[in-house]
Amino acid sequence: MATETTTRLLTTSKAIAEAIGQEMEADDRVFVMGEDIGAYGGIFGATEGLLDRFGPERIMDTPISETGFIGAAVGAAISGMRPIAELMFVDFFGVCMDQIYNHMAKIHYESGGNIAVPMVITTAIGGGYSDGAQHSQTLYGTFAHLPGMKVVAPSTPYDAKGLMTAAIRDDNPVLYMFHKGVMGLGWMTPNPRATGPVPQEAYTVPIGEADVKRAGTDLTIVTVSLMVHRALDAAEKLAADGIEAEVLDLRSLVPLDREAIAESVRKTRRLLVVDEDYRSYGMSGEVIATAIEGAFDYLDAPPARLALPDVPIPYSRPMEQYVLPQTDGIVDAARALVNG
Amino acid sequence: MPDNEVLREMHRQMVRIRLFEETLVEVYAEGKSPAFDIAAGPVPGEMHLAAGQEPVAAGICAHLRATDAVTATHRPHHQALAHGVDMRLLAAEIFGKDTGLGHGKGGHMHLFSREPAFGCSGIIGEGIPTAVGHALAFKKQGRDDIAVAFFGEGAANQGAFHEALNLAGLWDLPVVFVCEDNTWAISVPKDHATAIEDNSKRAAAYGMPGRYVPDNDPVAIWEAGREAVERARRGEGPTLLEVETYRLLGHFQGDPQVYRSPEVIAELERRDALPRFERRLVDDGVLDEDAVKRVRDEARAEVDAAIEFARTSPYPAPESALDHVFA
Repeated sequence: MATETTTRLLTTSKAIAEAIGQEMEADDRVFVMGEDIGAYGGIFGATEGLLDRFGPERIMDTPISETGFIGAAVGAAISGMRPIAELMFVDFFGVCMDQIYNHMAKIHYESGGNIAVPMVITTAIGGGYSDGAQHSQTLYGTFAHLPGMKVVAPSTPYDAKGLMTAAIRDDNPVLYMFHKGVMGLGWMTPNPRATGPVPQEAYTVPIGEADVKRAGTDLTIVTVSLMVHRALDAAEKLAADGIEAEVLDLRSLVPLDREAIAESVRKTRRLLVVDEDYRSYGMSGEVIATAIEGAFDYLDAPPARLALPDVPIPYSRPMEQYVLPQTDGIVDAARALVNG
Repeated sequence: MPDNEVLREMHRQMVRIRLFEETLVEVYAEGKSPAFDIAAGPVPGEMHLAAGQEPVAAGICAHLRATDAVTATHRPHHQALAHGVDMRLLAAEIFGKDTGLGHGKGGHMHLFSREPAFGCSGIIGEGIPTAVGHALAFKKQGRDDIAVAFFGEGAANQGAFHEALNLAGLWDLPVVFVCEDNTWAISVPKDHATAIEDNSKRAAAYGMPGRYVPDNDPVAIWEAGREAVERARRGEGPTLLEVETYRLLGHFQGDPQVYRSPEVIAELERRDALPRFERRLVDDGVLDEDAVKRVRDEARAEVDAAIEFARTSPYPAPESALDHVFA
């Protein structure tokens, strides 16, 4: 019997919570641990409603003890569970990174493939709302640099649900990074792109596949997470000038869909990378290197990038808005790239 | 009090562990003279041996089954062997061979086994939360398996230790924390590093019983271990044990041990648990001299076979370094 697909409009946070709930229904091994993920529903809503459905044994509020509970997730994963652990803000990784990069990410390798660590770390990323230097970073480049964990960062409710389902079903550790600005939270600046159509049924978005969010011919804008929204806004403005930008949403940083980057650049011959992470030694450099390795002969201009200048994120609004990539800045950079 | 069969088995474990470690002293030295080069010889890298600390492994692991999960440290051989990890696979991993536990990707500080369930970490204290996670999984799965976390007295000052104990106490998890107090955190003695004399008192802060076992006594360790393991298996929650033990060798092979005098080391050797325990078993009629010789001969044969297996096993293909990043 064919199943009828029901698609509703959901916010990204509700899409994530729906994916977790469906996987918990389907698989007893899945459970969630983290700070304020129970009655509160997660500070950013990723576990909203799940405590009532699954109870405190499977939706476990933890002490403020990230090394303890992320380490416990590693052990539980090795012993046959599929834990999801929430690191409230990615900026907090400093208090628990050893569990993440030395344990979660390395045990499968060190064991020669004998021990799997199937777990998900969910974490909030991003700035733009004056939360200061310790609560505004994206840091995906830091994690993507370290081998052994997959890293995903969805930009839409549809991708958020599909990537969460894929992350839970994956036999590897997955760092699932959701930008506070894409969650559709009532207490954040309204973002129409944070609400979108999401099928009710469980489905996966393959980890490691980029997605062309807007097709274009004149340049490729490669980006991820909230900056996809900025790039799409910029592309609309550019279209008014007759410049057709292709917006490639990486969705996953590990594995990186290098072929999608090269393929798009071979088509448009120009590359602009928009990155909300620090500029040096990060995603923007990796994407540009990938384009040069895979599409050097096609490039009509040197690749360009917009990223956080290498400074901590300032608190005061004018300074923060200055260091974060903005729609107008993307438009200007794209025009300069196309008009030479 | 353990029965005679248990005593003989603990003695057998201690003998085979000691012979394994003593043999590694020799094997590790191969290719490292006249100039010591840590990267040279059949066994390169750091080598942390547990000679002298056998009672902790033998006394605790006597109560475990293969499905109980053990996490250990940078000094893991005694617990790996006592928990039933195949000595040949352990030796081959130490030699970096393809037949090793991790196909040569882990090395002596990163040993992992599914059954018996064993893992270790080279980062001080950071293997303890993993044990809490094993215990959490067992509780969720309705199994009566338990987890045991071994760590040194130096690790008891790491945050991971305190976070792990708090979670285990809070969630009443079936885990036994075993602190091996060998006095020396590399070169720094316990009384220079720890605000209290007895780490087992720290159990009170986490709502669990704590017990200190002095003088590296295999029988006392076995008895304390039984109580803690049975308590965990009954679902009554975690226990913290601190066991006084003696590290007869340096922190690692090649350690000049400038921080402790030859007299201190001689005193540790005088107190070495293995000959003391052996004498006691002979005096009590649990073992006779023939039986002792038989245990040693069998251990010698096992260790020789393991080292031979490791020596003659092939190295992994260099490009296999690229495998197993992901499942």
